[in-house]
Amino acid sequence: MKRLIDFYLTAMKFAVQKSFQYRLQSFFYLFTMFAEPVIYLVVWSTIAKQQGGSVGGYTVGGFAAYYITWTLLRNMNVARSPGDWEWRIQHGSMSAELLRPIHPIHNDVTDFAGWKLVMILMWLPIAALLALIFKPTLHPTWFQILIFFFAAWGAYLIRTVLMSLLGMITFWTTRVGAIYDLYFALELVLSGRLVPMPLMPTWVQHLANFLPFQWTFYFPINALTGSPTPAELVTGLGIQLLWFLGGLGLVNLVWHYGIRRFSSVGN
Amino acid sequence: MKLLRLAWNYLKIGVASELQYRVNFFIQLFHSFVAVATGLIGLALVFNYTSELGGWSRPELLAVMGIYILIGGVINSAIQPNMNRLLREIQDGTLDFALIKPVDGQVLVSVREFRFWSLTDVIAGLAVLGVAVAQLQTRVGLWQALGFLAALLLGGIMIYCFWLILTSVAFWVINIDTMVDLFQGLYAAGRWPISIYPGWLRIGLTFLVPLAFAVTVPAEALTGRLTVLTLVGAAGLAVLLMALARLVWRMGMRKYSGASA
Repeated sequence: MKRLIDFYLTAMKFAVQKSFQYRLQSFFYLFTMFAEPVIYLVVWSTIAKQQGGSVGGYTVGGFAAYYITWTLLRNMNVARSPGDWEWRIQHGSMSAELLRPIHPIHNDVTDFAGWKLVMILMWLPIAALLALIFKPTLHPTWFQILIFFFAAWGAYLIRTVLMSLLGMITFWTTRVGAIYDLYFALELVLSGRLVPMPLMPTWVQHLANFLPFQWTFYFPINALTGSPTPAELVTGLGIQLLWFLGGLGLVNLVWHYGIRRFSSVGN
Repeated sequence: MKLLRLAWNYLKIGVASELQYRVNFFIQLFHSFVAVATGLIGLALVFNYTSELGGWSRPELLAVMGIYILIGGVINSAIQPNMNRLLREIQDGTLDFALIKPVDGQVLVSVREFRFWSLTDVIAGLAVLGVAVAQLQTRVGLWQALGFLAALLLGGIMIYCFWLILTSVAFWVINIDTMVDLFQGLYAAGRWPISIYPGWLRIGLTFLVPLAFAVTVPAEALTGRLTVLTLVGAAGLAVLLMALARLVWRMGMRKYSGASA
């Protein structure tokens, strides 16, 4: 355990240094990330204004708070993408990672975790600018902020296991672009990434309750910007933990069988 | 003439090499299907709560979405693959091989790649557009159709110029892998009519990123909103951007030193 903690600290430090090297690259990336929620925000605040100030319980300021928090959460829940998995399995760079005396997924987790710390620093000024322009209404309690902190890391871990599961499909078929497409479309609609869940038709909300997606977007964002009860917040964290542990079990299982099929196609 | 023949030959090579991988056709078809489906879901959500968005009705917004997907298909098949290759070759220093050919460098780097299967997006876009036009209250006359085609062509040219300028930045800073994501992030704004965005953003999306001219203006033509002045403005901006792209390209050429060679 101590060895693993050492590895995490050192690898994250390394990832922080790496992210500082390509600042222009990171800046472009952030800019891209902001484009998506700003579009949603503009569309939904236009509708809220047309409807006399609010839609489905969200005011113009409420939407601003939701989508600006969205940008922070998106930074937090970025994980090693299935495309990266596909690349390293196809090109065989997985071989080098297998030589290390540690499971490759630890490296994925630390790499992105360190990168996030740098990104949040760069995120601050842009978020402040957005807040000036769109004037969010945001009054979280300390408890909400605390839960948000944990829920954001929870979202990252859940997404890491989901993305790894998708990525590992590449062990069996070397091209899975179509499956990723479908996954990201489902996530867009069922996670609260496109619109806050309460704006979705009731049956979609019911469906989402049985799926992991909303715990990676809607739950953390709502924990900070909505008005959930303390009980709901704690239960939410618990459900996040369950999804993470279940996913982790699956990752181990799929890895166990998948790695036997690995033959580094490219080399 | 010689350049046109060159472009035509590269197009044929591109199509031929794509035809080797037929399964990709179905993958691309599925990709287009998912894109249309998520677009329709977004529209349905909006119209769950309102009957018009910033003065645009449902079929009109459907037309905007059709054009957005259509232009996206043109970008994915003809513009983006070329610009990606250019970016990679600037980084690796292998652009030398293109530059020593006895033709204009800018033309050559712009026509070398063609992703035939990505045209499924063009077809999907046309289908959505067809449905939208059928639902429109007003009839689309000959002038509207001509205005639409002209606006679409001008928009395509402007997107190409904009992307070439962006890619040419690599001559100075070398490592900008995220350029594609940057462009796609910005392009996503074209899903909705530019007029719904706040003033500063609208100006940026019109003159800095010529997205307004690529998607919204053709849609204006179809829905009877286009004025002659806008079309002339689009033509003027297209010429200006072409000149600017040429200038940046030539400055980049002077800067290029074959990074790894």
